[in-house]
Amino acid sequence: MSIITPTIRVQSADFDLQAELTALTADHKNIGAVVTFTGLCRDEQGALSALELEHYPGMAEAEMFRIGELAIERFSLIGLTAIHRFGKIMPGENIVLVIAAAPHRQAAFDGANFVMDFLKTSAPFWKKEHAADGQQGDWVAAKDADDTARDKWR
Amino acid sequence: MSVKLVYFAWVRERIGRPGEDLDLPASVVTVRDLLAHLTTLGEEYESALQFPDVIRVAINQEHAEHDEPIAGAREIGIFPPMTGG
Repeated sequence: MSIITPTIRVQSADFDLQAELTALTADHKNIGAVVTFTGLCRDEQGALSALELEHYPGMAEAEMFRIGELAIERFSLIGLTAIHRFGKIMPGENIVLVIAAAPHRQAAFDGANFVMDFLKTSAPFWKKEHAADGQQGDWVAAKDADDTARDKWR
Repeated sequence: MSVKLVYFAWVRERIGRPGEDLDLPASVVTVRDLLAHLTTLGEEYESALQFPDVIRVAINQEHAEHDEPIAGAREIGIFPPMTGG
């Protein structure tokens, strides 16, 4: 079991990257590398007015925590934060934040990459598109490429 | 056995409700049996679950394979492949 506990949040509000980074690194003097990943809502060249993010309350947090613990264990991370938003999100707004901290850069890069690959395929979130013309669009289809990206960690 | 079912995304939309408490016949043993049983409950279930292989299921908020038994489940989540991140 990892002694380091991931910081996991599922929220409708936006997050502040700098505040999260400061909170993660504040009490650790052995961090030599921090990788942050922020996922934003695209407008798909003007076709989309928003994304609606649905989640499974309770399981979303639990699954993100499980993924976070796996990453801490596997890459010997010193700190890990993962925040995922839900609700209506406009193009240009943040959707997801992952911060991985380690003594050296490779573990931090790999840790953040691993968490994102598993977040996309295992964390219970679903995106629905809202078209620019105001119509409610389709649910985003899962991509095989995301499964392939996850499977490279096996 | 009585179990709480919760539905998400287009599974929720097609079934037309976010979840329900259901009494299941004893013949329903695995996740696969549950999905097959639900499709007998009406057109809306059939439309949501017509391709069971793509449907994902969680037992007590943990991912479950289709051959897993559902005995002891308090809550079963049924939903499409995830598209977060």
